[in-house]
Amino acid sequence: MRIRFVLAEIFHGFRRNLTMISAVILVTFVSLSAVGAALMLQLQVDRLKGAWYDKVEVQVWLCPAEVQDEGNCAAGAVTADQQQAVEDRLNSSELAPYVDEVTVETKEEVYQSFQDRFSGSYLAEEVTQDSLGPVLHVKMSDPTNFEVVTDAVGTMPGVLETYDQSDLFEPLFDVLAKVRLAALAIALVLALAAILLITTTIRLSALSRQRETSIMKLVGASNIFIQLPFMLEGAVAALLGSALAVGALWGVTRFWLADWVQANFDLLMGQINPMDVFKVAPWLVLAAVVLAGFSSALTLRRFTKV
Amino acid sequence: MTWPGDALVTSPTAQKGQQRSAVITFENVTKIYARGARPALDGLSLEIPRGQFCFLVGASGSGKSTLLSVVLREERATSGKVYVLGQDITRMPSRRIPRFRRQIGAVFQDFRLLEGKNVFDNVAFAMQVIGRPRHAIMRSVPDVLKLVGLGGKEKRMPHELSGGEQQRVAIARAAVNRPRILLADEPTGNLDPRTSEGIMTVLERVNQTGTTVVMATHDVGLVDRGGHRVVELVEGRIVRDESSGYYGGDA
Repeated sequence: MRIRFVLAEIFHGFRRNLTMISAVILVTFVSLSAVGAALMLQLQVDRLKGAWYDKVEVQVWLCPAEVQDEGNCAAGAVTADQQQAVEDRLNSSELAPYVDEVTVETKEEVYQSFQDRFSGSYLAEEVTQDSLGPVLHVKMSDPTNFEVVTDAVGTMPGVLETYDQSDLFEPLFDVLAKVRLAALAIALVLALAAILLITTTIRLSALSRQRETSIMKLVGASNIFIQLPFMLEGAVAALLGSALAVGALWGVTRFWLADWVQANFDLLMGQINPMDVFKVAPWLVLAAVVLAGFSSALTLRRFTKV
Repeated sequence: MTWPGDALVTSPTAQKGQQRSAVITFENVTKIYARGARPALDGLSLEIPRGQFCFLVGASGSGKSTLLSVVLREERATSGKVYVLGQDITRMPSRRIPRFRRQIGAVFQDFRLLEGKNVFDNVAFAMQVIGRPRHAIMRSVPDVLKLVGLGGKEKRMPHELSGGEQQRVAIARAAVNRPRILLADEPTGNLDPRTSEGIMTVLERVNQTGTTVVMATHDVGLVDRGGHRVVELVEGRIVRDESSGYYGGDA
């Protein structure tokens, strides 16, 4: 009886301020979509970082015979002693916390992989074994610390240059971080708007039902019973908004973003998984409940006065 | 029939012999609405025994309505003690007020019905909001509607009723939870004399079921019908208290 009565009162309230309720639903929808987009972007960035950093390494190119005026190659091709010194430095205990593994590619192997990669192009014909030196591949425990390696061996004799692959990705990560920040800022502003709107809606609906609430107080209805319909009204509207946000995020990633990314940025962005939405969804729903609860508490404190 | 609140008979006031049967006791009660304003109630002391029918008379602004709102704890006394049904309500925490009010019915000059609900639902509302079960509502509402003389009009909407009938609905709503006390603030203020007679009869009927009735009124005719206690207020003080009096006193 009680539950049915409360539900009827909520339905009553919904019908009475339909426009305001719709506004609440739409604003929570848009603001939570922004929050969700930011969260999903973060997920994607984390995943990409993980995937790329597994592959990223620092390469130390040693001097080939033909080059003398670049790097530290004044003495011509790297000697076995010089190479050993560089390897020793990389494997030293000082660098151990940063370096996972050092693998050596001899100049013959370098030449071979060069030939494989560029077979058929003029590059493959131009290049001789003497124009390539050995390459040390350094796997980092954290690729962002590449400077440690370049500082340590960059100036050693016999080193042509050090080459850090993460240079390639940093600009992209920068852009993604900025986009995420922008989405979060938008979300924050919209969340504020949502709180204000929900507050106004509850106040309006409380005003329009002042007669009922005054009668409720008169016959001794408990405060929670008087406030519950208003609180649930706000909560239901916010939940509907969050459901719309989850649906929209899923639809956009599933039917639009995933195909678009796959067609244009497959190598760069990897896969976008529409199921990510459901990792984000619980947080959006939680945010909606907090949003509604906070606004209700804010407004209804006045109505607790008996 | 059992009455909610019967268990409260052993109250602090009940222990004082002469107050044994008082359901409302004011001890030197003052109510000041705004700093520096004339007090609405000025050191007022009053006792209303169980089952009594008591008129409050006096000019507008004499403190009748304030007295009733203090009993309901809509207003808190500025000083003094107010015991209602054995509880000191001046010190009652606000979370206990809803439960306290369930033992008191209230009726006003402007009826205060819900326009969107029919007669039955208006009366049932008072039971629904305090969580009474459905079967109790189905049983009690027709009973109380019969008591106020509205049997058969359950499905009418408030705007389809005359003023007198609307006030009967309001009384039914106030009485449906079997209150120990019924407060009526000028219940006939908007009604013609004949209709007022009818309302008075209904209130007396509620009184006869054991409910203490306190009625603030300007209606000379009703008061002078006689037989009830009359308390007259002037500027928040009791100037006359007769166990069976008239509106204008002995004269």
